[in-house]
Amino acid sequence: MGTSITHTIEEQQPQANPLEQSEDSQHTQEHHQDHPSDWAYIKIALILAAITALEVFTYFETVYNWGQFLIPSLLLMMVVKFWLVATWFMHLKFDNPIFSKMFVGGLLLAVAVYVATLTAFEFWA
Amino acid sequence: MSTATSEAVVEQHHGDHAPSTSNGHGSSTGISNTKLAMWLFLGSECLLFGGLISTYLLYKTRRGPDNLPIPTDVFDIPFTSVSSFVLLMSSLTMVLALAALTRGDNHGTRVWLLATSLLGGVFVGGQVYEFTSFLREGVGFTNNPASSAFYALTGFHGVHVSLGIVMLMSLFVASWQGKLRPKNAETVEIAGLYWHFVDIVWIFIFTVIYLIPA
Repeated sequence: MGTSITHTIEEQQPQANPLEQSEDSQHTQEHHQDHPSDWAYIKIALILAAITALEVFTYFETVYNWGQFLIPSLLLMMVVKFWLVATWFMHLKFDNPIFSKMFVGGLLLAVAVYVATLTAFEFWA
Repeated sequence: MSTATSEAVVEQHHGDHAPSTSNGHGSSTGISNTKLAMWLFLGSECLLFGGLISTYLLYKTRRGPDNLPIPTDVFDIPFTSVSSFVLLMSSLTMVLALAALTRGDNHGTRVWLLATSLLGGVFVGGQVYEFTSFLREGVGFTNNPASSAFYALTGFHGVHVSLGIVMLMSLFVASWQGKLRPKNAETVEIAGLYWHFVDIVWIFIFTVIYLIPA
């Protein structure tokens, strides 16, 4: 454990006890290695904002008519936004794969159950 | 304080208590039990929202015997787009709060937690405004199956956002009291997972309910 990091935390929070400082610096080091930089998160947010702007643009049919590509384009943009938030902001990209399996398992189960339900009610007809 | 003394205190502390399973170091799987529980909960939430979304899709054109207006008649897409953008950006501030905490930047953590709460509050406020304007336009909760399904879905989502704001404000207060430190980063991460999940549910709702034409 780096002595310099321990000293930095001591200077910021002189009232903290030595045990907490030690654990804090250890966690700080671990997380710095695990997670992307703030700038990486901001870039992802800018991409999400751009996609959202494009989605809203599809609403104004007088500007551009997307025709038969409207629904597939909207669904594709939705999936890309969903994937970006789940992998980057929810850290699925960097975490243990078991978390992805838990979430994707629930998601696929939900999709399967409700596609079957919608089919039973002749939603697609 | 010397490093040797610090390590001795840590060793003594670990000897006094049972190993913690919160960060995965002491669990039999090697992964955090609390984080695993949150992901399992979020997986089950997919089924809850899936049911509400499917119900709306089935009923979205049902005007009922009185032929009263349905939500799609009164949607204000530009307004909802701004709300969606606000919620999306709150995911950025949430992840920045976690990043600040892991750096040991307590002031930054508080700023970003407060920003996330405020953006969430703006979203909920926008939803309240949307609901009241819909009511003025004659879209009541029990008017027809379409409006009932719409209010149930978006209202349930709004309740989730509101609970998320309560969580964030609790973390803000804990940080203010000096109880939130880098070693508690997983607590903020778990609250963040919930918040991001609420965001991705809205990504789905915004496209499927609002943008795809009836």
